[in-house]
Amino acid sequence: MADDRRSRVGLAAALSLPATAAISLGFLLPVLWLARMSFNPVDSSGALGQGWTAHQYVELATGPFYAELTLASLKMAVSATFFALLVGYPIALFLHRLESRWKTVLVLLAICPLLVSGVVRAYGWIVILGDAGWINSMLRGIGLIDRPVRLVNNHVGVTIGLTESLLPYMTLSLLAGLGRLDRGLEEAARTLGASPLRTFLRVTLPLSLPAVVLGSTLCLMLAISAFVTPRLLGGGRVFLLATEIYEQALVTLNWPLAAALAVAMLALFSLVLVISGRLQRRVAE
Amino acid sequence: MTRIATRIGIALLYAFVLAPIVLVFAISFSGDNFIAFPPKSWGFRWYHALFAHEGFARGFRNSVLIASIVVGLDLLIGIPAAYAIARLKFLGRDALLAFLTAPLLLPTIVLGLAILLVFYPLRLAATYPGIVAAHMVVTLPFVVRIVATALSTLPGDIEDAAATLGASPATVFRRITLPLMLPGVIAASALAFILSFDEVVISLFVVGPRLSTLPVELFRYVEGRTDPMVAALSTVLILATIAVVLIVERSVGMMRALGR
Repeated sequence: MADDRRSRVGLAAALSLPATAAISLGFLLPVLWLARMSFNPVDSSGALGQGWTAHQYVELATGPFYAELTLASLKMAVSATFFALLVGYPIALFLHRLESRWKTVLVLLAICPLLVSGVVRAYGWIVILGDAGWINSMLRGIGLIDRPVRLVNNHVGVTIGLTESLLPYMTLSLLAGLGRLDRGLEEAARTLGASPLRTFLRVTLPLSLPAVVLGSTLCLMLAISAFVTPRLLGGGRVFLLATEIYEQALVTLNWPLAAALAVAMLALFSLVLVISGRLQRRVAE
Repeated sequence: MTRIATRIGIALLYAFVLAPIVLVFAISFSGDNFIAFPPKSWGFRWYHALFAHEGFARGFRNSVLIASIVVGLDLLIGIPAAYAIARLKFLGRDALLAFLTAPLLLPTIVLGLAILLVFYPLRLAATYPGIVAAHMVVTLPFVVRIVATALSTLPGDIEDAAATLGASPATVFRRITLPLMLPGVIAASALAFILSFDEVVISLFVVGPRLSTLPVELFRYVEGRTDPMVAALSTVLILATIAVVLIVERSVGMMRALGR
């Protein structure tokens, strides 16, 4: 029996060895090296030095630019998540209540942006929001404006693009949460004379709060780390943690600072998770 | 009355979700020199330009080649691992699954940077092996998870029966287990292919001037200028993605194959 178990463990180890090796070399080692790199000194010429330093973290903690960067990332993530909730909740509620043979199609339509590359969707928003885009030419057509309204290459464009890219995740999370909700409770409230609005406010909404917290947590994390949308719709004029990591890694070539920024992003992640965990416990009570 | 108002409201929200995709599709048939909506003229001019564009053609070939190799290697090392996790009852298989799917927990911008920092000194940046390895980090977790799920929902009785009747473990795997888990394998392959083919953030860190992928070329193009050629390319990519999903859906049922 013990022999059997040992041979099974041996076989399992042999079978999973290549995959474990690949993930160790492509994930574990790079992540550990990233953490080490964030403490690596940079000499005056900008080349990587030897030894250890906390210089990058001191710069992040004391430089006003980086405090602003982190704050801007947080603000952007919170507002995009909020708007995604605002748009996603009605869609999820509609889909949840829908009893039609088109339901599957409508669910797929709501989440189909997931299948389209973020670059393509960002470009689509440029077509809509750009200076010569749909909205501006429409506004000009009806004579409301004579100079284009700036809707891209600023925070407005990034917020709109991010909201849309978060939506499928939000809708799916809410839909899953609403699916677990007992339909009988809503019916009971209605038969007992509550108006649809009252039923929603007193029954549906409170019961769906755990899903709201879960979906918002997911969206916050996706938004904090989003890169393609802020880069393309921000046009290099919107500075966030993710765009700065890219800038420092590939343009300025200050790898230790890029690494420290990445660690800061992960710290922000843990903060979001801690707050979300607290909220979840409170909502569940 | 409220019913109609609700419908209109929901339609508007859907319009927001789908607007960029629909607009990209429409503008790809523009005949103008730059993006303006609605276009002043229509035509296939940007599709012609697209297929004559050297950078996109090269990127496309690279991306297809890289995604194909990634899928092949993912299956080669992912299926045995998934089999061990789903079929062999050993202590620590949950830990193994958690470890193999851990890369999905990290944002791609952090993962891309981490991979660059290790691959660059190893001279793996801007090479086929480097990009393939980087893509495997984010596709292998899906392959292992999907195949393991597919395997664990299969009853083990048939395999036991075959073994009792004298089939060797290798024969049991080849003749029984493999055919039964084929839907999961196909779904995992399709997903891994799409993920690798579409991957842009990690790729941006590991490509170079000599070797680039289609999404990176597209990203750089959109960064620089926006003309309807990107819309034409986007439309082709969207249609290709839908084709892959439909083929998988028709052959095995995407949702069932994903084990959801």
